[in-house]
This record gives sequence, structure tokens and C-alpha cells, in this order.
Amino acid sequence: MSLSDDQIRRIARLARIAIGEQEAAEVRDRLNSVLGLIDQLQAVDTTGIEPMSHALDVVQPLRTDFVTESDQRASFQSGAPAVEGGLYLVPKVIE
Amino acid sequence: MLDSSLTELQAALAARKLSSVELTRLFLERIGRLNGALNAYVTVDEETSLAQARQADERRAKGEVAGPLAGIPVAHKDIFCTRELRTTCGSRMLEHYTSPYDAHVIEQFARAGAVLLGKTNMDEFAMGSSNETSHFGPVRNPWDRRLVPGGSSGGSATAVAARMAPAATGTDTGGSIRQPAALTGVCGLKPTYGLVSRYGMIAFASSLDQGGPVAKSAADLALLLNVMAGHDARDSTSVERPNEDYARELNVSLKGLRIGLPAEYFGEGVEPGVLKCVREAIAWFESQGARTLPLELPNTALAVPVYYVIAPAEASSNLSRFDGVRYGHRAKDYADLGDMYCRSRAEGFGAEVKRRILIGTYVLSHGYYDAYYLKAQKVRRLIARDFSEAFKRCDVIMGPTTPTTAFALGAKTDDPVQMYLNDIFTIPAPLAGLPGLSIPCGFDAKGLPVGLQVMGNYFAEATMLGMAHQYQRATEWHRCVPKETPL
Repeated sequence: MSLSDDQIRRIARLARIAIGEQEAAEVRDRLNSVLGLIDQLQAVDTTGIEPMSHALDVVQPLRTDFVTESDQRASFQSGAPAVEGGLYLVPKVIE
Repeated sequence: MLDSSLTELQAALAARKLSSVELTRLFLERIGRLNGALNAYVTVDEETSLAQARQADERRAKGEVAGPLAGIPVAHKDIFCTRELRTTCGSRMLEHYTSPYDAHVIEQFARAGAVLLGKTNMDEFAMGSSNETSHFGPVRNPWDRRLVPGGSSGGSATAVAARMAPAATGTDTGGSIRQPAALTGVCGLKPTYGLVSRYGMIAFASSLDQGGPVAKSAADLALLLNVMAGHDARDSTSVERPNEDYARELNVSLKGLRIGLPAEYFGEGVEPGVLKCVREAIAWFESQGARTLPLELPNTALAVPVYYVIAPAEASSNLSRFDGVRYGHRAKDYADLGDMYCRSRAEGFGAEVKRRILIGTYVLSHGYYDAYYLKAQKVRRLIARDFSEAFKRCDVIMGPTTPTTAFALGAKTDDPVQMYLNDIFTIPAPLAGLPGLSIPCGFDAKGLPVGLQVMGNYFAEATMLGMAHQYQRATEWHRCVPKETPL
């Protein structure tokens, strides 16, 4: 199947990536060529096959629930684009 | 010294024939001389490296117990977070990012006494097979600067090939260690999934990503894997098993070892020059008493389409963290919060990364999840089953690492699918979670290095490294230095 410009815009919106009008056609063509590649999978008979989500058949380890992290807010925020009073600043969401 | 093995460097440092500062300077000077042409390193900081070298020398002078890599400089792919140097992942998004912590792999090298030599160039977020998607420009192949070094760990492979580092680290998701190793004539190992902690290794596709070493010989790879491997509770997929000495089987006897040769790896699309070298290498193993048997891995051709569903799907989720709020690039102009996300990501990510995020978003989106993502996961199991069947009959599988030798810069950038198909022989192992390594096994008619791939069963690294080491005791391919970068 191949994607329309509308679908590309919808996917880009879901992915939170701005795509300019000029880029849109090229993005569409390249995505469609990749989809052409992955469409080969549709022909494979996978009846009764369990999906494989992980390389090794292991279970997630569990540990006792106790605090392991120390407060490193200042260090973590030192690389942020905009912070004030220990908070990350973003454009106003609610008027 | 530029061409010495890690064992030789250990001995020279222990015998005080040279200091870590002298050794580190030697490599820094070579980097200074060659990096302009090759672009293998993104970040080198002489002061940081020399301070670590001085510390190593002081520790040695005091007689403190030295780690296995004490005083030896090692380069790290710029995907491993380091506190002392910025970590860019080859992206504009992280151009000015310095991590507040070190990756597990970086900690392990520090514990082993190694000196941080610099951060190597890579395809952006490890998405690429030619190192052309890096925000910092392409890496050039030291065998011919008009050619790509492969990717995504192309900077690490080039650094080792051009003797700008004694050894380096890389990561492999679909071939990102083995493919550049093959294309630049060095050795690279992708361990069994879960062997090397992913803590602090910037995530691309979490069910596939695996760190591993790049070096001049299999013996060096074993030494490096000893440093890198081990359980780490901070990575929930890190396997808990007793530590191994990966060098313990370096003197393995090849007699009676069963080598599987999958028909799919020797067919159409593989260059004759590549086939010739690989067949000669296999004939050598036979001459040493190993047995070969024909195999089929019938789902090999499906590995590329499966990979290009699963890896982008996981990437689209992993890369959603880059929102221009907590770290990374933030756009200057935006209308509101949503627009800030969209523009920051549009500006911060390059074209290939955006494409993969979009593909991943699509295959995970409502109405398409079953048809693409779930379907790919099912076919992934078929591919893994091919291998488990094969390993009932053989000890290792051999074939070419790549269908061709290094290709020209720009040759495949306009056609993503052509670029993806180049990884056909390296993608299956990570899908199954299996270890794979690549060692040089000759040159094609153009004088370009060819890689022999050895794939093994889960946790068979020691045997694979032993076989590779035996081959390297009898051959000189791994000792060849590119003519463009003479010692």
C-alpha cells in the first residue's frame, strides 16, 4: 500500500515532527519505497506463530521496592534549554 | 606502538618501556594529523585524555593494582554517555549535550584502567550503514577516502583501521559493528543480546541494541569483551550469569568443529571478489580439520523487511524523549507547546532519523499495528527458529559479513532501500539475539578489505573468538594497514 499526503501529515503529527510543504513530497516517496520493502511480510504465512518481542526468553527481573536514586535535579537540569526555580519552562499551555 | 596489540601495550606499560602519557600523546598526535581527512572522531579533548593517562602512570608508580587496560587509550562510539566529554550520538539534537552520568561500558573501561581517547563519529542515532547520516559529516574509509567506512560505528572502525586508536567500542543493532569492521578491514564483535549493559548507551531499538568491541585482532576483542560484559542491574535486559574469560578458548582446536554454510549467504547479489575471499578462509578452516556442512536459513530474505518494521517502531518510541524540554535542541521560534515539540524535533533530527521515526509511528499506529508490527514480530520468530534448527547441526555459521566491499560516498543516499539491503547478512543475528563477529579475510580486486562473518549460538563468544584467533595466527589480513594512512 502507499501513503497519501494526508496520511503523511497525520503520521508526522503523531510523531510530533514538523514537515514543510516542500519536504512533504520527498518524504512521501521515500516512505513509500520503504513500505514497498516491508510489505513483503504480508505474503508470509504466520498462522500459529507467537510474536517474538525479545531476543531471549527471559522474564523481567523484580527487585524490592525501596529508594535507590538520590536527588540530582540540579545536575540533570543543567543541560535543559530553559529552567527556573527547579522547574522546566515550556510555553504557556493554559491562559 | 601505533600498531601494537593490547597485550603488547600491556607488557610495554608494565615494563615501563613507555608511559601512558607517552602512549596517549602518540595517538593524540596521530588523530591530530589524520582526523581532518577521515573525520573518525567527533570529540577529542587532549587535556581530559592526558589527565587520565597521568593518573594511570601515577597509580602504576605507586604500585597500585593495575586493571587489564591500565594506561591504554580507548576510543568510544559517541553513543556511550560520558560525563567528561559531550555525547552527541551524531545528531544536532545532542550537539551540546553532556551527560550527567557515565554509561556502564564507560565505567567498566575506567575500572579496567583505560584512558578515554575520544568520542567517535557515527550515523545519527546509529541509523545508517555508511556513516553519511552523521550531523558532523561523513567518516571516510581509510582504504580509499572516496568510499564510505560503513556504519553506524564507522568512526570507531576507521579509528582502529587507521591506527588512530588501539581499540574502540561500538554498538550493533542490525550490523553497526560488523559491517563497518568488514568495510575497513578490522575486527568487530556483536555479543549475545544482554551480555553488555545498555545503561547509558543511547537507545535506538531496545530489543536489538548491543554494545561490543572493535579491534585489530580477535585476541584483542576477547580482552575488550572481558572488560565490557557483565551483569548490570540498571539494564533490565542485562543477563545474569557468571562472568567468563572470553580469551579462554583462544587456543581452541579446530578439529571436528562443524561450520554451517547457509546457501542464502553465498548466492546472488554477493560480489565475486567477496565470495572468493570468504571461500578461501573457509577452506583454511577445513584444512585445519574443521568440517563444513551446507545449511539453509530460508527466511534470510525476510530479515531486512522485519528489521525495518521493528527497529523503526522501537526507535519512534525511544526517540520520543527528545522533546526540547529536558535536554537537547529546542527551536528558537514556535507558536505554542505543540509547535515547539514539532519544530525542535524537525530541526534536531536529520532526514534518515525522521524517516525512521515516521515509519515506526505508522507501523505502530491504530489499524496498522497487527498488519505490520505484530506480523514482523512473528516473522522474527521464524528467523530465530531457522538459527536454532541450524545450531542443532553445527557449532558456528560462516559467510560474508557484507555482500559488497566499501561503496562510494553518496552512492546509496538517494535510495534508502538499496542502503538497507546492504545489511542483509548482518541483520539476522541481532533479530535472533545471537552473537556475530567479523574479521578481515582478504582483499577484492580493487584492494578493498573483505569481512568473514562468524555467527554462533547464544553465549558462544569464546569459541567464535578462538576460531578467529586461530585463523589470525595463520594469516596476515588483520595486520594490513591502509596505504593512505601509513604508520
